[in-house]
Amino acid sequence: MKIPAPRGRVSATLIDLLQNRGGSGHANAYGSLNLLVDEALAATPDLLRDEDLQLALFCLYELHYSGLDGVEDAAEWDPELIRVRARLEAAFENLLRRTVPVPELPAPDSEAVAETLFRLAADDDGASVSRYVAGKASVEQLREFLILRSVYQLKEADPHSWAIPRLPVGRAKAALIEIQADEYGGGRVERMHSKLFGTTMEGLGLDSGYGYYIDQVPALTLASSNAMSLFGLNRRLRGAIAGHLAAFEMTSSIPNSFYARGFRRHGFTDDVTYYFDEHVEADAVHEQIAARDLAGGLAEAEPDLLADVIFGAATVLAIDALLGEEQLRAWQAGESALLAPLGNDGGTAEAALAATAAAGGVTA
Amino acid sequence: MTVPAAGAEEEGSMPEGMPEAGSVEPEAGADTWQHREGNAPASIVACPNGPLLVRGDFEIVTPDGVPVPRDRETVALCRCGGSAIKPYCDGTHKLMKFDTTRRRPVPKPARAEEAAG
Repeated sequence: MKIPAPRGRVSATLIDLLQNRGGSGHANAYGSLNLLVDEALAATPDLLRDEDLQLALFCLYELHYSGLDGVEDAAEWDPELIRVRARLEAAFENLLRRTVPVPELPAPDSEAVAETLFRLAADDDGASVSRYVAGKASVEQLREFLILRSVYQLKEADPHSWAIPRLPVGRAKAALIEIQADEYGGGRVERMHSKLFGTTMEGLGLDSGYGYYIDQVPALTLASSNAMSLFGLNRRLRGAIAGHLAAFEMTSSIPNSFYARGFRRHGFTDDVTYYFDEHVEADAVHEQIAARDLAGGLAEAEPDLLADVIFGAATVLAIDALLGEEQLRAWQAGESALLAPLGNDGGTAEAALAATAAAGGVTA
Repeated sequence: MTVPAAGAEEEGSMPEGMPEAGSVEPEAGADTWQHREGNAPASIVACPNGPLLVRGDFEIVTPDGVPVPRDRETVALCRCGGSAIKPYCDGTHKLMKFDTTRRRPVPKPARAEEAAG
């Protein structure tokens, strides 16, 4: 992924350090980065919406995915960087555990877990973005919608794949593999969900390169992606990543039918809406498997993980609700839901927006 | 739906000297061989308050035998009647509060018989 524009002292120091690893004086740089992180964590009024800290965490996670342009692959396991990541993660996890509302725990058996998860998802009233997209969103807002979702959707399924070797042999692992195989296209690259999302973006004249619009995307969207990486990359949180995937699938098929309607309303054809149409059908399958066999199966195999399974699911709903609120508030006020017009890092954002506006899709 | 071949329960024990895949089809035990090469027999999970989840070796066809387009190994078939993409499930059962525990009331004559029996 391209190197994002820094959003504050922590991300600026981190990005500078990543680009100059091994250079002279970089031992000092780690020291000042740690200091800055501690200061920033102590000072931030809202870590979930802290542009600087969420971007820094996102960059550190990105080293485990596609890497950052010009940064050595070996940076992934640099103990000093892992130490910084662990500090940010601890604060982030602590915040989520304090603020995400969690229902009463069910018995650790598959059907009881599935029932609790389905009820949790049904009680969620954050479906308003999908209704807005279906009935009201302008083409420009559809583009913003795609840009915001592209942070995850262009690497769709990857954060949950971290869980595969971390689950015990049995029902939960079999379920995860069955879902993930479908996410990755069942062996057909043209049906890979991340690929389908790219096609949809291109249909609206957007660049489908991974991370192309990263400078446009507000902290809360990065936080949503960071939560998945936090749960996926830490073995001790395997319950949370299983619950996360379950809730993700359970809040998908109906909203996707609304998204498809919104794009059709503006005359976009089946190849543009295919991503959404596919998810209506696929996620109606996945949610059944994820609820009973993945989340429920894991709770049966490792009852100690039950609380985290439910916590992971509740986290999806809590962050999605905040994201939806923020997006709708901006759109209903006639503003952009992206970062650029907020004036934060004007230069690069404006350039990216110009690319957005260019017809036919601009390739980097 | 493919009915499991006779003797499928013996699938674990393959006779000595069975030909490798791709060679001439053996006369004896051909069904077992075919079964071993194909998917597992179909199984259907009746999901509480939800669809029928179908896995394994099956085919969905129209009354004329024309295959219904199918894009994935495991499918969810609508059973609430509300799906807009029948025969597949689209999650509408959740909006309908579809409840698989609800039963049609037992007609009176049946009750009478029950009481008599």
